[in-house]
Amino acid sequence: MRASASTFAQGVDFSLYVIVGISVFFLIGITIVMLYFVFRYNKKRNPVATNIEGSHKLEVIWTAIPTLLVMVMFYFGWMGYKPLRKAPDGALEVKAYGQMWKFSFEYPDGRITDSLVVPLGKPVKVNLVSRDVLHSFFIPAFRMKEDMVPGKDNFLWFEATEKGRFDILCAEYCGQLHSYMLSSVTVVEDAQYEQWLASTAGTSNEHPGLALLKQNACLTCHSQDGSKIIGPSFKGVFGKTEIVVTDGVEREIVIDEAYISRSIKQPNADVVKGYMKGLMVSYEAVLTDEQIASITDYIKTLQ
Amino acid sequence: MTAVSTQLSFFDTRKGLFSWIFSVDHKRIALLYLYSLITFFLVGVTLGLLMRYELLNPGKDLVEAKTYNQIFTLHGVIMIFLFIIPSIPAVFGNFFLPIMLGTDDVSFPKLNLLSWWVYIVGALMALSTLVFGDGPADTGWTFYAPYSVKTGTNVTMSVLAAFVLGFSSILTGLNFIVTIHRLRTPGMTFLKMPLFAWALYATSWIQLLATPIIGITLLMITAERVLGVGLFDPSIGGDPILYQHLFWIYSHPAVYIMALPAFGVISEMLPTFSQRTIFGYKAIAFSSLAIAFVGYFIWGHHMFTSGMSGTARFIFSMLTFLVAIPTAIKVFNWVATLYKGSINVQPPLLYTLAFIFQFMIGGFTGLVLGALATDIHLHDTYFVVGHFHYVMFGGTGFAFFGALHYWYPKIWGRMYNITMANIAFVIFFIGFNMLYFPMLIVGLMGMPRRYYDYLPEFHLPNMISTYGSWVLATGLILMLANLAAGFFKKGPKVGRNPWNGITLEWQTLSPPPVQNFDRMPEIPLNGPYDFENKPAIKE
Repeated sequence: MRASASTFAQGVDFSLYVIVGISVFFLIGITIVMLYFVFRYNKKRNPVATNIEGSHKLEVIWTAIPTLLVMVMFYFGWMGYKPLRKAPDGALEVKAYGQMWKFSFEYPDGRITDSLVVPLGKPVKVNLVSRDVLHSFFIPAFRMKEDMVPGKDNFLWFEATEKGRFDILCAEYCGQLHSYMLSSVTVVEDAQYEQWLASTAGTSNEHPGLALLKQNACLTCHSQDGSKIIGPSFKGVFGKTEIVVTDGVEREIVIDEAYISRSIKQPNADVVKGYMKGLMVSYEAVLTDEQIASITDYIKTLQ
Repeated sequence: MTAVSTQLSFFDTRKGLFSWIFSVDHKRIALLYLYSLITFFLVGVTLGLLMRYELLNPGKDLVEAKTYNQIFTLHGVIMIFLFIIPSIPAVFGNFFLPIMLGTDDVSFPKLNLLSWWVYIVGALMALSTLVFGDGPADTGWTFYAPYSVKTGTNVTMSVLAAFVLGFSSILTGLNFIVTIHRLRTPGMTFLKMPLFAWALYATSWIQLLATPIIGITLLMITAERVLGVGLFDPSIGGDPILYQHLFWIYSHPAVYIMALPAFGVISEMLPTFSQRTIFGYKAIAFSSLAIAFVGYFIWGHHMFTSGMSGTARFIFSMLTFLVAIPTAIKVFNWVATLYKGSINVQPPLLYTLAFIFQFMIGGFTGLVLGALATDIHLHDTYFVVGHFHYVMFGGTGFAFFGALHYWYPKIWGRMYNITMANIAFVIFFIGFNMLYFPMLIVGLMGMPRRYYDYLPEFHLPNMISTYGSWVLATGLILMLANLAAGFFKKGPKVGRNPWNGITLEWQTLSPPPVQNFDRMPEIPLNGPYDFENKPAIKE
């Protein structure tokens, strides 16, 4: 088992111990009885069998006991789970986006990050949004998980009880690079968290277009070095002549500002021949025209 | 009655390929199913071994991510739709249900042949994705929307294949229900039927009533992919959660289509090898019906993390626990059947004992997943994969191979090498547990399922699991080679009743004649397992 690092984890682990405890007891008990019977009533030791049709008393007993036990298990499962669905008022709210194949987070002050930073011992509510297909937001150390469903708002909340860095994994199969859809949550002291909040986001010197490409998970499918991942590489793409498929008809075009902008807004309109249609979603509502221009600007530099 | 020895077996009456593939004899159709099932099973096993090899180490071992995703999808589709759903009913149900009921065939022999043909067409459609189109689907066997609507791989063909296979399942179910109602031999009331017939009866109702739902759902996916009708993809106005509901309304009861026939087989083998009556006949018979019934109302436990309302999660979790009760009753009655028996330890009994042990692990891990708090952590992790394989392979798969060892002498009239069968069993059993137990551990550690690559901390359990897959494969090869040797190298001939069983199939010749019985079968006085009043069987 991993570290147990949230208030919720204790409830989960407790119900796990209850259920596994009862189960192991019965598994071992029944197996031993079974093997003992096979040994004791082997035809060498017991050449003549006794026909026993059944016993009402036993049937009642072994209906009643499992009924009782499973209701106990159900109860602990429910009690351990109940707190998960009610986030305390005043919890810090963060929006988590899932898209093929990257998590990103939006803080109340508008900053967008690749990984989560949260204060120790404070409730955090994560609102889950998917931009394309199903994903599932899973923090093993916190024992929690909830699906990110396109078109539907889900959430989870937690209160971290341990400092450190914990993995965030995608648990719902989402296509080719599902197993690489990873992020992390870093739990820090309150003061450190305040400090982190106060620091200005994006202090690096990288091209703003590159920052946008990273933020929007563009680079998980489009490489910068010419290698083919899922979509065409950005390297040398600007000004290149390509054959695209428009409504099932092939035609030749030159990749220019208009094509890049159209491909971001309507990714299925003109698909470069040899690539799959339907995997990319429209970013029309996500990126402004200035941002698209900045991205185009950066792509021009990749020659 | 004519002299026994002049009766030709069903193998010898007619010869040639066409006398098989167009046969309406339930025994020949059963063997057609057996040979096709084993073929597809071996394809599925090969794909499973490739997956395990890829997961031996973190990073790439063998194939690219996309290929891996296609492999696990095809593995699932083949194992679920082509092997485990038809397995016991289509092979042993077809062969033995009419004989155990004391009749000469199923109610609709031509429909029976049609269902095999439909099965073959569906199977070829599923396998055609390997060769034609943009490659096999990469969605997982659950075909979850909206990914299954968006991906460029050949989902449409895979989905249509599953749709066609559903018809085969429906027709077999229908045939069995009518056969059980109409063709029982005089004097065999419902409560004097063997438990295998009871299990098939419960299964058949699920096949008949639940399969149409998956058929419609799969057609809806096709409509969405081909015609752009917005049903499940929110970007065109659909609801992905609706898909999950529709899918699991069938696919959860389908788990019982896969498990109940295995319960039936186990309930046959235990009395035979204990030489005594089954403990709690009615409890076992009715618990099958209870499982089939309650099994309809618990599909939501596959969706505890999908954002369903708290009320729905509460109800589905509670109902899920209810299904554990009839299952527990069965296990207790099976173990009690060994009590004061005169136990003959033979290969089929070893598979039975392994079944009970592994099925219990499958059941208990199911309780862990049925509880809400623990499911939130374990949902969609390798724990689920381990649980599922313990139930389906450790349970139904072991029951299938147990049944094959049990009825082998009746089907072919010859015996395999018992010592070799025992050795193969031990290797198979060790391999199985080595392969799947580490999955439970790595799932608890938090490794999600359908993972092409994994974090370094998951390495050790994955390595053990892969080594286990090689042990399992060794056991499987030995087992099948031993059975094939008995068949091709002509193992020793057996009489009518090599295991000293009591159900009606042991009263006829091995192999049975075309009409199943060379003399009128005699049913025991007090129920099907009344060993005290067992009719004397003359060779």
